[in-house]
Amino acid sequence: MSENTNNAFLKVEDLVVEYFTDDNVVHAVNGVSLHLDRGKTLGLVGETGAGKTTIAKSILRILPDVGARITQGNITLDNQDLLKLPEHEMREIRGNKISMIFQDPMTALNPVERVGDQIAEVIRLHNNISHEECEKRAKEMLAMVGITEDRYTEYPHQFSGGMKQRIVIAIALACNPQVLLADEPTTALDVTIQAQVLDLIRDLRNQFNTAMLLITHDMGVVAQVCDDVAVIYAGSIVEYGTKEQIFHHPTHPYTIGLFGAIPSMSEDEEWLHPIEGLPPDPSDLPQGCPFNPRCPYATEECRKAAIPVFKTADGHDCRCCHIDQVKKEG
Amino acid sequence: MANQEPVIRIEGLKKYFSTARGLLHAVDDVTFSIEKGKTLGVVGESGCGKSTLGRTIIHLLEKTDGKIWLEGQDISDVKGRELRKAREQMQIIFQDPYSSIDPRKTIEATVREPLVVSRKFKKNEIDDKAQELMELVGIDERLRRSYPHELDGGRRQRVGIARALALNPKFVVCDEPVSALDVSIQAQVLNLLKRLQMDRGLTYMFVTHDMSVVRHISDDICVMYLGQVVEKCPSKELFKNPLHPYTKALLSAIPSTDIDHPFQREILQGELTSPINPKPGCRFAARCKYATEDCQQPQVQEEVSPGHFVRCCRVGEIN
Amino acid sequence: MADTKKKTRNGQSEFAMIWKQLKKNKLAMAGLIIFLLELVLAFLAPLYIPYGITEMDPVAQRAAPSAAHWFGTDNLGRDIFSRICYGGKYSLTMGIITILLSNGVGIVIGAVAGYFGGWVDNLIMRICDVFQSMPGMLLNIVLCAVLGSGWFNTILALAIGNVPGSVRMLRASMLKQRGAEYVEACQSINCSTPRIIFSHLLPNSFSPMLVGMSMGMSMMMTMAASLSFIGLGIQPPIPDWGAMLSDARQFIRIAPHMIIFPGIAIAISVLALNLLGDGIRDAADPKLRR
Repeated sequence: MSENTNNAFLKVEDLVVEYFTDDNVVHAVNGVSLHLDRGKTLGLVGETGAGKTTIAKSILRILPDVGARITQGNITLDNQDLLKLPEHEMREIRGNKISMIFQDPMTALNPVERVGDQIAEVIRLHNNISHEECEKRAKEMLAMVGITEDRYTEYPHQFSGGMKQRIVIAIALACNPQVLLADEPTTALDVTIQAQVLDLIRDLRNQFNTAMLLITHDMGVVAQVCDDVAVIYAGSIVEYGTKEQIFHHPTHPYTIGLFGAIPSMSEDEEWLHPIEGLPPDPSDLPQGCPFNPRCPYATEECRKAAIPVFKTADGHDCRCCHIDQVKKEG
Repeated sequence: MANQEPVIRIEGLKKYFSTARGLLHAVDDVTFSIEKGKTLGVVGESGCGKSTLGRTIIHLLEKTDGKIWLEGQDISDVKGRELRKAREQMQIIFQDPYSSIDPRKTIEATVREPLVVSRKFKKNEIDDKAQELMELVGIDERLRRSYPHELDGGRRQRVGIARALALNPKFVVCDEPVSALDVSIQAQVLNLLKRLQMDRGLTYMFVTHDMSVVRHISDDICVMYLGQVVEKCPSKELFKNPLHPYTKALLSAIPSTDIDHPFQREILQGELTSPINPKPGCRFAARCKYATEDCQQPQVQEEVSPGHFVRCCRVGEIN
Repeated sequence: MADTKKKTRNGQSEFAMIWKQLKKNKLAMAGLIIFLLELVLAFLAPLYIPYGITEMDPVAQRAAPSAAHWFGTDNLGRDIFSRICYGGKYSLTMGIITILLSNGVGIVIGAVAGYFGGWVDNLIMRICDVFQSMPGMLLNIVLCAVLGSGWFNTILALAIGNVPGSVRMLRASMLKQRGAEYVEACQSINCSTPRIIFSHLLPNSFSPMLVGMSMGMSMMMTMAASLSFIGLGIQPPIPDWGAMLSDARQFIRIAPHMIIFPGIAIAISVLALNLLGDGIRDAADPKLRR
């Protein structure tokens, strides 16, 4: 994989992000590397507090000024180092080349501004075009996400949750971004609405050849939308591969555990197989592999030093030193 | 078993809220019963009235109309002491483990509270029982003096479960108890609920929007749409042979983890209409691709095959 | 309600827990100590002040601070240091008692309004509206005029005028808590309504109140001063701090010390109470405990 990694469109290399509080350091992201090509979708899967959103915010450089720091790593977009750009150039990139869809459509919109104007505003910000032109493009965006033009002048409260998320998507796509960061875009929605929104996202991605980073905790959403999958646990990527590799040959004990914990839709089982224990406190990570306290395969080796990445197949990375044993038993 | 009274039976239960825009039919004419030790899953999208239904049954909300029996005893209109007695038999586990526990009380105080309030126990009995409950749900002894914010969602949910089980209820409404939890923790809590059901012969009404969870835990399933039950049947039957058009759409919308069989979705058009002053006809008709003139008439619940009830006048034609 | 003071298992009451936390907060303890010191000094004033509070020094009117008069003298030649020490008794107690009284009443009424809502809430809030539609000062003047002057009547007048504000404050935070699921949980385990209100909702909605209370105390002191200024409230020659401030107002250019020292006395008390109030709020919140 390394040969095509080098010219990936969006590259995150060895990213380390820490939050500093009064008396401790929260290790939110610990050496994450990922890469994303145009027209592809990478799913970033993990549990609450695993550092998913922090990665997305680091790419956009919208981490809180106080307390959060990117202490290591590179983020490059089209061979341009985002972390070294001055703030005013970064502002040009946000919402224009890279944009983000947030989880909660209820709070992402300004309640006292007409939805059409909210879309037009983004367009005007990044393009030097007339007022009328902006409005026209905003209407096109609305139509594209399946909302009729005549609702341009309505306010967010007049829309339902699913409709609001469509508007959020319209805003995110208004400037035809090259990279879309979608942070749990359907988590707050009902299943039937989720299906509509996922279809919409997928269609638009194909239409505009957008590179998309989809953050989710739902394996089903990953299965429906993504090409590649990165499984993240306690701030590090424990397994990385194509969707087929992850779903057919999960190798890391955590990934296997995740699949086992989901109630099956096709088989009847008396008991589920939860991963015992709890995710670690990110300000007090265990030595070695962060998963070792919950891992059935853990040995002394896992508790000693950081685990290197092993390649199990072309493009399939796994951060576990017991791959062979896991494979034998799995 | 067959001639034993069901633990909970409701008939024609209605709960309307009056709003500025009219009468909101949150629960409209719901009838079912749950046998001892069984789980009835109630699924539907947000706003379909599933949580209101649970709260109305256990008298947290006052019903508008209908009857409720607890172990054969009519508790529809109980008040005062009778109501308190009935409530002890029926408990609820809430969705949000963050807001359902008083943030200023210790874990132990929260678990003890139902015992203290019931005035049935002496102090040392309460101590012992609280201890027992916390062991039962798997809360570590050393956590008993902690406050809710020091615990993760899964442990807090265990505290909520311990509180609900303190008075040894017969019937427990589980209102989306695992929706706020991560999958690995969700599985722990689901297993706990199942074990408690087996050990204590509990009867559950399990409210959720997650189809895979409801399939795992339920014996029977009710599908609700805008306050009405549109389909009710044994769990396996529902997933094998869904009959109502809404159930079909709901099932096909679930993002499956099976990547080899890409979805064959029936994408449902439109969104939930409002349950305020609904028209008499089928409430799903506006989004239903099979809708005809007949669907504007009030729909009745029919037993299509033994134990399989559907509220759709065209159920025979479309299947 | 009896259970709010319920002992937890190792015999530590909730009050003891808060106290233990409070002791760790240096600023709050400084506030508490300053305030207690002030109280002691104020009540023991007759024992140590160098001059009588009405004793006039005919040769030193509006005299600047000196060895003879530490804080200088006022326009009648009275020793400001002595007057401040003696007057503390009135000013401090007036502030505290007014606030305690008005918030005590406000909490009960606000809790009822916030919990029950509906017409009860509507009725209570409309009555508050009526009170608050009048300028606060005017209301106090009317009340004072009706009740008559004097230390306790002033307190009563100020407290009544302050009740609607605290009702509103508590009702607002109560409404926010009212929707939380733990309230439903309490109902489902048969908690009585007073128990839900006093044991669960109040402790959770009380903290904005505490901050308001320590701030309100300074406002009450100056309000009392204004009342004395127009001849209601505490009557001269009792040297309440607010009255001293308003007397000194006209001499602010020629004898600033007359206004500076009573001002400092009020400022120190307010600061001390604010520190203490913040400390209590933090200590009572389990999320902030270490």
